[in-house]
Amino acid sequence: MTPAQAGFIAGGHDERGWDETVAGALEALGTAFDVVPDRGGRPAAGRRTWLDTFDWRLHRAGLTLEYAGRPRGGELLLSGSVAQSASGIAGVGGNAANAANAANAANSASAPSAASVRNPANPPTPANPADPAVISQPLIGWQAARPHLMCELPDGPVASRIGDLVAPRALLPVVTVSNATTTHRLLNEDGKTVARLLIDRASIPGPHPAPLAPRLAITEVRGYAGDARAAARLLGAAPGVEPAATSTYTEALRAAGRRPGDYSNKVDTDISAGRPASQAAATILLRLLDTIEANIPGVLADTDTEFLHDLRVSVRRSRSALKLFGDALTGRDGLTEDEAGRFAADLKWVGDLTTPTRDLDVHLLDFDDTARSLSAAKPDDLEPFRVYLEQRRRREFRTLTRGLKSARFTGLTRDWRDRLTTIRDGNPGTRAAPARSGRTQQAAGETTGTLAMERTHGAFAKTVRRGAAITPESPAETLHDLRKRAKELRYALEFFAPLHDRAAQAKVVGELKRLQDCLGEFQDTEVQVGEIRALATAMLAAGEAPAVTLLAMGEVTAGLALRQRAAREDFGRRFAAFAGIDGQRRISALLRGKPGR
Amino acid sequence: MRIYATYNIKGGVGKTTTAVNLAFLAAESGLRTVLWDLDPQGAASFMFRVKPKVKGGGKALIRGKRPLDDAIKGTDFDNLDLIPADFTYRNMDLLLEAASSGGGSGGGDVPGGKPARKLAKLLAPLADEYDAVFLDCPPSVSLVSENVLQAADVILVPLIPTTLSVRTLEQLAAFVGEFNGHRPELLAFFSMVDRRKKLHREITEKLSVERTEVARTVIPALSVIETMSVERAPVAVFAPNTAATRAYRGLWTELRAFGEERSTS
Repeated sequence: MTPAQAGFIAGGHDERGWDETVAGALEALGTAFDVVPDRGGRPAAGRRTWLDTFDWRLHRAGLTLEYAGRPRGGELLLSGSVAQSASGIAGVGGNAANAANAANAANSASAPSAASVRNPANPPTPANPADPAVISQPLIGWQAARPHLMCELPDGPVASRIGDLVAPRALLPVVTVSNATTTHRLLNEDGKTVARLLIDRASIPGPHPAPLAPRLAITEVRGYAGDARAAARLLGAAPGVEPAATSTYTEALRAAGRRPGDYSNKVDTDISAGRPASQAAATILLRLLDTIEANIPGVLADTDTEFLHDLRVSVRRSRSALKLFGDALTGRDGLTEDEAGRFAADLKWVGDLTTPTRDLDVHLLDFDDTARSLSAAKPDDLEPFRVYLEQRRRREFRTLTRGLKSARFTGLTRDWRDRLTTIRDGNPGTRAAPARSGRTQQAAGETTGTLAMERTHGAFAKTVRRGAAITPESPAETLHDLRKRAKELRYALEFFAPLHDRAAQAKVVGELKRLQDCLGEFQDTEVQVGEIRALATAMLAAGEAPAVTLLAMGEVTAGLALRQRAAREDFGRRFAAFAGIDGQRRISALLRGKPGR
Repeated sequence: MRIYATYNIKGGVGKTTTAVNLAFLAAESGLRTVLWDLDPQGAASFMFRVKPKVKGGGKALIRGKRPLDDAIKGTDFDNLDLIPADFTYRNMDLLLEAASSGGGSGGGDVPGGKPARKLAKLLAPLADEYDAVFLDCPPSVSLVSENVLQAADVILVPLIPTTLSVRTLEQLAAFVGEFNGHRPELLAFFSMVDRRKKLHREITEKLSVERTEVARTVIPALSVIETMSVERAPVAVFAPNTAATRAYRGLWTELRAFGEERSTS
């Protein structure tokens, strides 16, 4: 049933040039076929919206998700990675799956047997639902213009394919095009339709619509592959017609000024070893500030929980960066001690402001799994707890949004950016003012390479020292402290990643990550137990805690306690793997620029 | 997948026009539909402007050397495909007999025996791809028609309103009644009805009331139906607002309801 498609794009610089190309294409096809406009030449109008998460999870997984709006309802179309066809023939929208099919249909003597134009009146879509490489899911009442969490997407083949990949993120509209498709039937000597020419004119809607170059596609009628190939050859040879090398999605993104992957929470900077340390420090912190600011709208709109998570991580990283190399920001044109103190305090304030909402988010995100894992209690017993968590979250979220809209927060981001930009773009200082920590090193005058080596090594040594002092009898606080040190080391490795050998870095990070996971499990379970106890008390006080709910919450805390104990038992092995002789060699090799074992 | 066959031992009673129009209406209603033109004269293929030619001929199809899928052609209409006629279909009796010989139980002499089920087996793989199959049968009593009767869920029998037509229907019902296992439903309808003729009026009115297997819808004898072979398209395409189109729509509605009624009873 697949309409195999051979896709082309009209060359030309403006609409007039495009019209000339389209007219030439029709003339070229007219030499071999009777070309008859369908529906009296009236175009079929449609609207296509591509969706992805804020952090481009689908794009990174090589997937393209489109919502094709129809007069009654619409459908989601999920297709494979966007790739350029070697033959220069692509689907009308140009995705890889169709490109491959089109290439088969247009170039092979045996076109796909299940190729038949089923719905010529509909606009061509890059991800044709009849294409086996495309998963489709009809939707009714879907508003593509607003974000949707996965739980809002009804069960179906697309939902089940992308659910784990996308959640807990929301699907956001990335770009929308309005399109009008005109179909021409290509008739043989019997007056039989043997192929179709689809001319798709799309534009980015808005007060000043931005038109995209028209796309032309030959679709095959089942059993007439040879005619479709002949038509594709004629079309390809028409003046100004070029094989579609990019998809409509790619063109629409370009026209809308978007770049796939334009957001990531990674600290990807272009620092180099020879640059002054002050500039590298400012560059890293500016990158973190970019991430903080990029997430603000999503946090305020409560689009999904990960906006707040990413914001918090960037704040935490910024605080760690200040601890690790804040002294590098001092010096001529650099931060004064007072300024450094103010920014550090304000960043801590932002961290604290976001904690209650995030903690409740974690409970709610894990809620279903937790409820399912109960053995004595029933999952429904926990429902009042969920209701309570949601109420609490609404309250905490209001406090959070007030904070993020406050003069203190906007002042922080504005001043922080100003000062960091001055430092990054200014002349590096040669004379360091005493840093807040009391360090009097000439960090601001150092090179980035030296700073990275010193501070990363220092963070590693501190982590090893603290960890080595932990015994089975050590209190939980010592493990919590070690977790913070391990995080600082991890951040140092991430900040200075551009200076390191990637393989050597991966080896150090691998063991460190396993240690962090163990420490994280130990602390998170403890924190959660404490929170659930506090929440149980509050629920009881508010008269919102049925006995079965309290019993179920008790079972949850018992489960958490077991997990915490297991993490504690695992600690010795994890720490030894990280800090042992091999670990020392790995970090030395990394910092000396040599691959370790 | 539901298989409909238009069948009558007589020629010129409107089998092909019925198959073409009902297949079109089935497709128009959203059913994924394929029409197999089994008549070597290829009238249905002609009406869809498809050349009456199958690669390898009927032999390759019946022997399974070429899957039926390979022979399918898209028509000009949404949801509607065609398996064209081929002149070699004139020997289809022999091909069916030959393809089924060489083992297994059940001979050609037994109604509903193995050679009579060959067509049903060939159609089975299309079940995932189509919701409705129409078989346009050549006029005869032969192994081909027996195959068609074996494969079909519903046999549509166009009847010219004559006294003999009742006898035809009874003979067919008796023949189908002898089948072991699968027995298709019969739905007869009056075709080429001329209301100006008293006999036509009397027979159609009488039988439509008396016989449950006779549809209430009648297809009148109209020149617009004859022009299908000039227009080379279903009547609903080139004459959508005519009595002929309304009649075929009525018949399709009745046929769908008939199928649903029988499948739920």
